[in-house]
Amino acid sequence: MSHASTLISEDILAYLEAHEHKSLLRFITCGSVDDGKSTLIGRLLYESQLLFEDQLAALERDSQRDGTQGDGLDFALLLDGLAAEREQGITIDVAYRYFSTDKRKYIVADTPGHEQYTRNMVTGASTADCAVILVDARKGVLTQTRRHSYLVSLLGIRHVAVAVNKMDLVDYSEERFREIERDYRVLASQLAFDEITCIPLSALRGDNMTERSEAMPWYRGPTLMEYLETVEVDQERLQRAPFRLPVQWVNRPDLDFRGFAGTIAGGAVASGDRVVVLPSGRESTVERIVTFDGDLERAIAGQAVTFTLADEIDVSRGDLLAAAAAPPPVGDQFEATVVWMADEPLLRGRTYVMRVGTKTVTATIAPLKYKLNVDSLEHVAANQLALNEIGVVELELSQPIAFDPYAANRETGGFILIDRITNNTVGAGMLHFALRRSANVQWQPVEVDRAARAALKGQEPFVVWLTGLPGAGKSAIADVVEQRLLALGRHTYLLDGDNVRQGLNKDLGFRPSDRAENIRRAGEVAKLMVDAGLIVLAAFISPFRADRETARSLFADGEFLEVHVDAPVELAARRDRKGLYAKAERGELANLTGVDAPYEPPEDPDLRLDMAALTLEEAAERVLAVLRDRQLVP
Amino acid sequence: MTVAAARLTHLQRLEAEAISVMREVVAEAENPVMLYSIGKDSSVMLHLARKAFHPAKPPFPFLHVDTTWKFREMYAFRDRMAQEHDLDLLVYVNEDGLRRGIDPFSHGSVVHTDVMKTEALKQALDKYGFDAAFGGARRDEEKSRAKERIFSFRSAQHRWDPKNQRPELWQLFNARHRRGESMRVFPLSNWTELDVWLYIYLEQIPIVPLYFAAERPVVERDGTLIMVDDERMPLEADEEPELRKVRFRTLGCYPLTGAIESDADTLPAIIQEMLLTRTSERQGRVIDHDAAASMEKKKVEGYF
Repeated sequence: MSHASTLISEDILAYLEAHEHKSLLRFITCGSVDDGKSTLIGRLLYESQLLFEDQLAALERDSQRDGTQGDGLDFALLLDGLAAEREQGITIDVAYRYFSTDKRKYIVADTPGHEQYTRNMVTGASTADCAVILVDARKGVLTQTRRHSYLVSLLGIRHVAVAVNKMDLVDYSEERFREIERDYRVLASQLAFDEITCIPLSALRGDNMTERSEAMPWYRGPTLMEYLETVEVDQERLQRAPFRLPVQWVNRPDLDFRGFAGTIAGGAVASGDRVVVLPSGRESTVERIVTFDGDLERAIAGQAVTFTLADEIDVSRGDLLAAAAAPPPVGDQFEATVVWMADEPLLRGRTYVMRVGTKTVTATIAPLKYKLNVDSLEHVAANQLALNEIGVVELELSQPIAFDPYAANRETGGFILIDRITNNTVGAGMLHFALRRSANVQWQPVEVDRAARAALKGQEPFVVWLTGLPGAGKSAIADVVEQRLLALGRHTYLLDGDNVRQGLNKDLGFRPSDRAENIRRAGEVAKLMVDAGLIVLAAFISPFRADRETARSLFADGEFLEVHVDAPVELAARRDRKGLYAKAERGELANLTGVDAPYEPPEDPDLRLDMAALTLEEAAERVLAVLRDRQLVP
Repeated sequence: MTVAAARLTHLQRLEAEAISVMREVVAEAENPVMLYSIGKDSSVMLHLARKAFHPAKPPFPFLHVDTTWKFREMYAFRDRMAQEHDLDLLVYVNEDGLRRGIDPFSHGSVVHTDVMKTEALKQALDKYGFDAAFGGARRDEEKSRAKERIFSFRSAQHRWDPKNQRPELWQLFNARHRRGESMRVFPLSNWTELDVWLYIYLEQIPIVPLYFAAERPVVERDGTLIMVDDERMPLEADEEPELRKVRFRTLGCYPLTGAIESDADTLPAIIQEMLLTRTSERQGRVIDHDAAASMEKKKVEGYF
C-alpha cells in the first residue's frame, strides 16, 4: 500500500507519529457515470497509491476484458461492487471508499446518478463534510447539476467543489471553464453554501487531480487533492455549537455508579458545567467525565464519553443533556422537510416510528404542506410523497422532544421515519421549527375522568375494530354484537364506516391518502368515546395495516381488539347488499377494495372470523366469547 | 487518547463511532453477542468494547465459532484474553461437521469453510437466540463489502439481501426487527487495515504472536507457505517442513492461511512492511481465490 511518503522506508516512527495526527474528511461525489465520476474516484485511489499489486493486476485484467478505455486502465472498474449490479451494469446504492494522504484520511460516499439518486445521495450526504459535484466541461451546468446541488445543500453541506471534468475534450479552454463557473454561481445563489470552489480538471488524464496541470497555466486555484486536504471538516463547525449530548445508554455496573453514556453532538463540556436534562428540564452539574483511559477535564463534539452528575435526577436513554445556559427548544409538533425512501408512499394521517438523536417516539403526519420539484425548486401541492420525493410536512409527536433546527445541528435536528410493521427505514427528515400551536394549545385537564365515567356505567370501555372486505359482514356482525351488549346493560356505540362517511368524513374520497385520513378520524372518534366510558364497535374496511396500527396506537394495551372478518372476495360479492361489486364489474365504481384496490389482511388479529364457515350469528357469538374470555363483559 | 484536543484525529473519530455503535446495539437489542475470531480485528473489537462500557464489563458474551483447525497459539491467546478480562466466552463447534470428519485437507477449503464456519455460525446464533452479532469486517477488505451497512439486516434464515438493506443516515441506526430476524453489526466498517494497525500500535493492544516474524516450520504448497502447526497435517512424500522466519498478515485455519517470509518482529516494522508490500491482506486467504464474486455469494448464504 505504498504511500508516497519516503518516511515509510527511512523513518517509520516519524511516519507513524505524523499519521497519528491525521484528521478525517468525509465527502460525497455527485454526478453520473457519464461525467466520469467513477474515473475520478478511481484516480484519487490510484494517485494516493492505495492500490495493492494484486488489486492492480486485477484492474489490468478487468480493463482488458470489460474496460472502456482501450488498452489504458479503466479506473471506474475499481469501484464495482456487487455481482448482480455488475451484470446489470448499474450500482444501486451508496458505496464507501477509503484513501489516505499524509494529512488526512478520506471516506468517499459514492452514489449513483440514476433514478434512485435521491434516496442514495441523501444517505451519502448526511454524513459528508463537503461535496464534489461533477460537471462535464462539454455539457456544462445541467438540470442534474442543479438537482445534485440542491440535495447537497438540503442536507446541510456548506462546502462544495465543482469539478469541471473532461477539460481535455474542450482543449483546456479557460473561456469554457469561466462560462461554466459563472453558470454555476448563478445556480448556487439560491442555495445555502458557505463556499464554492470550481476546479478545471481531467480525471482520465490526471490534470489538476494531485498534480497541477501544465495544460491549464491560467488556473491558479487548488488541485482537487489540495482542496480536499484543506477544506473545513464539519466537526470543527460543531465544536462552536452549544453543548448537546443525546443519552444513549445508562451505565449502572453497581449501586455506586450511575453514568450516562453518549456521543457529544455539539460543543464541549467540562466537569463542573451546569447542564439541563430535556425534556424534563431538571438541572444538575457534571461531576465526572469518565473514560477507560481515565477521567477527562473536558470533552468535545464527536467524543463518545460517559458522564456522572452531581445530583440524583432521573435521566434515561433518549433524553438530551444540554448546556443549561443555552438549552435547545422542546416541542411536540414540528414543521420538517422529509425525503421519502420507500415504495409505499407517505400519507397524511399515517403514524411512523421516529428516531431523533437517541430518542424514539411515534410521529403522525399532519398536513403535507407541499412537495418540492427538485429540478425547478418549485412548491407543488400534494397529499402524498412517493419514493424519492421531497416534501415539507407537519409532524405530531406522541411526546415532546428537545431538538435543534437541522440548519444549526445535524445530529440533533435530523431524524428517520420507520415503518411500524416492516421496521424498514422509510424516510429521512430535517426539523425546521416547533409549531407555535403546540405551545399554545394544551391538553385541558378535567376533574371528571374516564375511570369516573366508566364506573358510573359499571363497565370497562374498549373498542372492537372489525376490518374486512366490503360485503364481508362487518356491520351486520357489529349490529348483532351491539344488540347482545345492550341486552347485558352495556352502554355502546356502533361506528359504521358508511355512516361516518356521510357526515364527519364526507369530504374524503377513496385514494390511499383519503383512506388513511378516514381511519385516523375514526380512530380519534373511537378514542373520545372510550374516554366517555363507552364500548365502541367500529366497522371499517380499513384496508391498510399501517392505518389500523395508527388507530390501535391511540389505545392502551388490551383496549383495542382487532377482528378480521375474513370472507373470500367471491363470497363477499355474493352477499353484497349494496351492489358495489356489481357496479365495479360494470366499470361504474373504481377503487373498490378487493377488486381494484388492495386489502392487507391483519397478520396477528385478536380474532379471525372465517366467514366461509360461520353464519353472522355464530360470528357475533365468537366476538362475545373473546370479550368474556378477557373479562371485558360478564 | 485521553487528551481533549481542539479537534479529533481520524483514529479518535473512528474509535468514537465504533463505541457509539456498540452502545446502540446494547441499548436496542435483546440478546447481543460479539463474534470473536481471535484475529487482530477481534482484538481491536474487544478493546473497543471494554472502552465503550467502562467501568462496566462488556454486557454481552463473546462467541468463538471454532473450526478446530485454528493455530495452537490462537487457542492459547483466546483463553488468556477470556481469563484476563473475565469474558463470558462461548465456544461453538459444529458437532455434526466434526462427526462427518470435515477437514480442510480432504474436503477442501470451500466445504470446510461452509460447514465449519458458515453453518456453525448459523447454528450457534439459533442455539443461543442472539438477535444482534458484532463482526469485525471492514468495508475496505473487499469490493462487495463497500456497500455493506454498519447494521446489516438478516432474515430469519440468516440471509443477506443486498437489495433490501436499510439506508443509514447521520448516526441514526435502525436496529428494529421482528422475532427471529437479526442484525449483523460492523463497528469497524470505516476502518482500513492501516487504521487497525495504527490503533493497535497506539493503544498497545495485545495480538496473537503469530503476527510477528519468528522461525516457524513451514512447507511450500502451490506457492503458499503453510505452517505445520500440529500432527494432523498430512505431508507429501517429498515434503519436509523447514524452519523459516515467517509471520501471518491474517489468521484463520492454519491449513488455509499462508505465511509470508518476513523479519518484522515489532509493530512499527509490521506497519512498515504492510505499507511497502505489494499485495492486499486477503491474498493470504485460500478461501478468496475462488470466483470473483465469491465473498458476495458467501454473504448471501450467511457468512460474515
